[in-house]
Amino acid sequence: MSKILIIAEHLNGKLNPATAKCVSCASKIAGAEIHVLVLATDPAAIAAEAAQIAGVAKVLTHAHAANGNALAAVYAPQVLALASGYSHVLGPSTTFGKDLMPRIAAKLGVSQVSDVMAVEDSHTFKRPIYAGNAIVTVKAPAGQLVVATVRTASFPAAPGGGSAPVESVSIDFAAPTHTRFVGLEQGGGDRPDLQTARVVVSGGRALGSADAFKLIYDFADQLKAGVGASRAAVDAGYAPNDMQVGQTGKIIAPELYIAVGISGAIQHLTGIKDAGTIVAINKDAEAPIFEVADIGLVGDLFKVVPELMQALG
Amino acid sequence: MKILVGLKRVVDYTVRVQVKPDGSGVAIDGVKMSVNPFDEIALEEALRLREAGKATEVVVVSIGPQLAMQQIDSGLAMGANRGILVKTEQPIQPLTAARVFQKLVEKEQPGLVLLGKQAIDDDANQTAQMLAALLDRPQATFASKVEVDGNVARVTREVDVGLETLEVDLPAVVSVDLRLNTPRFIKLPDIMKAKSKPRETLELASLGVESGDHLVTTHYAPPPKRQKGVVVKDVPELIGALKAKGLL
Ligand SMILES: Cc1cc2nc3c(=O)[nH]c(=O)nc-3n(C[C@H](O)[C@H](O)[C@H](O)COP(=O)(O)OP(=O)(O)OC[C@H]3O[C@@H](n4cnc5c(N)ncnc54)[C@H](O)[C@@H]3O)c2cc1C
Repeated sequence: MSKILIIAEHLNGKLNPATAKCVSCASKIAGAEIHVLVLATDPAAIAAEAAQIAGVAKVLTHAHAANGNALAAVYAPQVLALASGYSHVLGPSTTFGKDLMPRIAAKLGVSQVSDVMAVEDSHTFKRPIYAGNAIVTVKAPAGQLVVATVRTASFPAAPGGGSAPVESVSIDFAAPTHTRFVGLEQGGGDRPDLQTARVVVSGGRALGSADAFKLIYDFADQLKAGVGASRAAVDAGYAPNDMQVGQTGKIIAPELYIAVGISGAIQHLTGIKDAGTIVAINKDAEAPIFEVADIGLVGDLFKVVPELMQALG
Repeated sequence: MKILVGLKRVVDYTVRVQVKPDGSGVAIDGVKMSVNPFDEIALEEALRLREAGKATEVVVVSIGPQLAMQQIDSGLAMGANRGILVKTEQPIQPLTAARVFQKLVEKEQPGLVLLGKQAIDDDANQTAQMLAALLDRPQATFASKVEVDGNVARVTREVDVGLETLEVDLPAVVSVDLRLNTPRFIKLPDIMKAKSKPRETLELASLGVESGDHLVTTHYAPPPKRQKGVVVKDVPELIGALKAKGLL
């Protein structure tokens, strides 16, 4: 039988929705017993949230003064202390999980399956390679502990309504001091989170300046949407890095994605493959974005977007 | 301080990779091969640290077939001091790569290892973290700024919520993200100058590294295709189409 440990991601005392998506991935493994581990300075509130995720059998907490920030070098030994009791250790394929999980896998001497997008059986998974241009089926050795990250856009969040017991564990470990947290500059503000927003409006290089990019924010605010950007827009400084969508940015799956002045490079498209409906606004009828768009409008964004805003306003 | 940089030979990012019809692999025979773009950024950063007097030597390492000497060549032409090719005709997985780097770190004793955050072929995003774990040393992944001051590096990381800054004691492993820098172009005289730089070839088999290639790929498939959509002629039609789908 599979026994699965999921490492909870959290920030400022709140559980990240990516954790419930990992639970929904884990529950695809037949007969799995799913535990969630919360490492924090004060895990109680986060654990209470995790306990409500349907499908979770138990929430483990380890409170430690060194857990104030999610440092991989500090978290990994705590996970390793518990790992031997499990057949699988999973984390989300967010920057948190990408940072942490390989550190665990290497110490266990096992390969890691990155970006699981489908579960075939307890040791067989599908994952994307080449910016999503190919999907491979990979098999981990039977009987070997599986360490994997879960591509969150591929799984819905497991519903609430659970009431798993919460148990605090004691782990004998000396927190390394060679890695120190200095600060976190949070972007975002109070717009809907890009990774969970129902609607996302993204802007590309065509916006031409940070000032002009305000049009994207205004349009998004009108639609109560999250804001994304292409790499070109981020590199040029029109939008902050946490808004980048794509192979090396965020992989998202909103119900509606509106790409404004984005050409549709493969590295961008891989971030939006799971979007419900893709709308493209681009002045070049030949732009590759139109090959994937459900609804395309060829036109100048500086005319089209204000007109849209007026019509909807 | 010495800096070790990894340069993986990968299919160039402009190539649109296609799955073979029988699902046995991807068709990459004869396509353009390059240094993984993230690794080029890692090398550029190492060169800048050397130019700023923070490092004395930059050593580039590629693990791959004999042809990966081309990637060593371009690393040397960019400005690295010396190159090491760890030869293997079989593709390897990140855990094996990390174990190879561990061997080289033990031998070379670099103060800093700079690697790309992911390779654009397997998109695994693991090697740097695995190496740091094996060495029991600090890791700072997804770097968009690296400052070295004595025995400490201050690294700004691109994380989902914004920018995080860490301070790590050296030696450390840093994986780099796209916005760290823009790699320099190689000029013809650089290629000539690089011809005399030292290149060393080691057989992977001679390093005594236990294989970490545990994953078996059983099938390759093209991604599910999205249906081609409609092109609307103006804003009212766009709004109509969105309403028809219940999205407005
Ligand atoms: C290793 C690697 C990783 C990468 N990762 C990512 C990633 O994660 N995400 C990502 O987005 N990119 C990524 N890229 C970059 C990617 O290849 C493209 O360069 C980038 O996506 C282009 O951004 P863009 O579409 O905004 O710009 P462009 O390609 O320049 O497109 C601008 C578009 O705007 C249109 N336009 C111009 N003016 C107007 C107007 N007035 N009205 C309407 N349309 C207009 C043009 O027709 C054009 O189609 C990566 C590249 C590499 C090498």
